[in-house]
Amino acid sequence: MDWSKNLIEEYELNSGIDIANETRKVSYTVAVREALDYALAEDESIFVMGQGVDDPSGMFGITLDLDKKYGSHRVFDTPLSENALTGIAIGASLTGMRPVYMHNRPDFLLMAMDQIVNHASKWSYMFGGHISVPIVIHATVGRGWGGAAQHTQTLQGLFMHVPGLHLVMPSTPFDAKGLILSAIADNNPTIIIEHRWLYRQSGHVPEGPYAIPFGRGVVRRIGKDVTIVAISYMVVEAMQAAEELSAEGINVEIIDPRTLKPLDEEIILQSVQKTGRLIIADTGWKTGGVGAEIAAMVAEKGFEYLKAPVKRVASLDIPTPACYVLEDRFYAGKANIVSCCKEILSVNTY
Amino acid sequence: MKRPRTVGKILELAKDKSLHGVQPEVAIELFQCMKLIRFVEEAIADRYSEQKMRCPTHLSIGQEAVAAGVCLALNPDDQVFGTHRSHAHYIAKGGNIKAMIAEIYGKATGCSSGKGGSMHLVDLSVGFMGSTSIVGNTIPVAVGAAMANRLHKNGRVCCVFFGDAAVEEGVFHESANFAVLKKLPVLFVCENNLYSVYSPLKVRQPEGREIWKFAAGYGMPSAHGDGNDALEVFEKIQTALEHIRRGDGPFFLEFATYRWREHCGPNFDNDLGYRTEEEYLSWKERDPIALLEAQLLPRGAISQADIEEMERAIQAEVDEAFDFAERSPFPDPDEAFVGLYRE
Ligand SMILES: Cc1ncc(C[n+]2csc(CCOP(=O)(O)OP(=O)(O)O)c2C)c(N)n1
Repeated sequence: MDWSKNLIEEYELNSGIDIANETRKVSYTVAVREALDYALAEDESIFVMGQGVDDPSGMFGITLDLDKKYGSHRVFDTPLSENALTGIAIGASLTGMRPVYMHNRPDFLLMAMDQIVNHASKWSYMFGGHISVPIVIHATVGRGWGGAAQHTQTLQGLFMHVPGLHLVMPSTPFDAKGLILSAIADNNPTIIIEHRWLYRQSGHVPEGPYAIPFGRGVVRRIGKDVTIVAISYMVVEAMQAAEELSAEGINVEIIDPRTLKPLDEEIILQSVQKTGRLIIADTGWKTGGVGAEIAAMVAEKGFEYLKAPVKRVASLDIPTPACYVLEDRFYAGKANIVSCCKEILSVNTY
Repeated sequence: MKRPRTVGKILELAKDKSLHGVQPEVAIELFQCMKLIRFVEEAIADRYSEQKMRCPTHLSIGQEAVAAGVCLALNPDDQVFGTHRSHAHYIAKGGNIKAMIAEIYGKATGCSSGKGGSMHLVDLSVGFMGSTSIVGNTIPVAVGAAMANRLHKNGRVCCVFFGDAAVEEGVFHESANFAVLKKLPVLFVCENNLYSVYSPLKVRQPEGREIWKFAAGYGMPSAHGDGNDALEVFEKIQTALEHIRRGDGPFFLEFATYRWREHCGPNFDNDLGYRTEEEYLSWKERDPIALLEAQLLPRGAISQADIEEMERAIQAEVDEAFDFAERSPFPDPDEAFVGLYRE
């Protein structure tokens, strides 16, 4: 996909949230839609499918009216057959197409684990790298209003475990657009997990196309006392925590890896080298999750930088409860990050 | 469901073809059950905007006849598995209404202790085994429960409700195959309300497809019927149950019906354009409760005064349930950890 490769070079990003001098502001959902719109316009081999992609609300707005613009042969609703349709997307991708399969919730990807894990992630390797699976699987995490155990799951930990996948979790409108375009252009299967609460955000987004390379995180906030690696919606919570902490003279540095697979290890290690303290804040479960993986990576490659044990801010290791009193307990956020920072600053064992 | 009768007078009528051979007492039970479901769900809809019921809530208003017809034909110790839209199934099977409303309020006294919300109902005391929110995923579980029934030789039937979209999931087909293979006592009940959220059948299944014929293809007897006619549902289920209880294996039934309100939530949404107002009105004209009432009243099986008395009693039961939910405490936040594993 030349159009995308060129873009990556054009917009080589070093750091910072938004592109310098960009003044246009749009919502996260508009940014996602723009990426799909651009890709559909640019490349005939792209099609977008999923339960409700042509529904009146346009799947939270991210696919709004794309079916009208590109026709129901390229943007179409599907039967409720996640596993088969993932396989169908894989098959189409093996023969020249670049399918984008949209899901209302990551929970529904569990139906498709056979095709995602046994096929999409392995096809290239299993056949000696002669052919690959350029598909994009996109899902939006739900949170709140009692969505409960089966409609709120954040399954990035599962996907991070699987070699052969890319895993992308954009936290800003700018990143969403650029990373979706990269994902579509990429020759391998990419899972994009967005968070519904990020859809409320607006941000600077260039009107034209651009791609953000995988494996390149950004520093969302510069600080010297503690490094917080924040994933997806936790970037928002971490930024708020940082504000609160700065009033108390604590300066945290916030790293947003943007893609978990590949992971920008360098940006994390450099930050930890500076601060000596690491907190990972993830939207998923704690045990065996993204936080565990990043902590292990730093233990392996940056142990000597650490002045205190690594800490994780994550959801409780239970299914999401429905009742909001329990939901409040379940989800970690700003307050947990603040107290975690204070705790980690109170130890100085090394 | 054997609720205490609220109707004083039931005329002894001879078997009447237009009541599908259903005894008038039973017809009245069906009527009462549908009213109860309707009243509960309309109360939910009326109060939803108070924002005390903070969970996704899928109402069955308009679809009551299937739940009532199926569950009243089942024995109290038969089992039922449900879906994301299962208030009606739970109520018809005799589930505790106070505990259901409390669950939707997220209270500690809820049937799932506030952990589940509207989409995760359970009342084991009446064989309501659980409802879940992933489309199709209770189907194999029901088949498994039926297999256990067979192994226990307890004569119980396990019934699973699902929508028209659930048969698009591979797991339906795999489960049907196994149930037939092992001749398991399962009753498959597909409520075809034409839509999956905003998606009409025609974008999901080939036009002209009749779902119940799938099942026949797997080698189990299957039939279809008017899901807004509680008597027809009841009668067809009885036939199916005879087959299942004889040990001849599973049976599949598809019932045509229609949800009146939005997919999820208390409102009407015909203005969105995914379906027409005319279509909705044509189904509303065939209101399952009004249909049965029109059959019962002229025969004198029930009088207007009986109906009013019944409604008063039901309203009192509903009010009491909401009152109970409102007064119940929330779980303690530390309860979050309780129930992950069972002692
Ligand atoms: C496997 C899966 N995919 C998608 C969804 C999202 N979803 C929830 S309810 C629903 C509609 C299901 O339609 P149907 O089975 O016909 O039941 P109805 O809602 O009409 O009662 C969908 C698509 C889900 N819950 N599970």
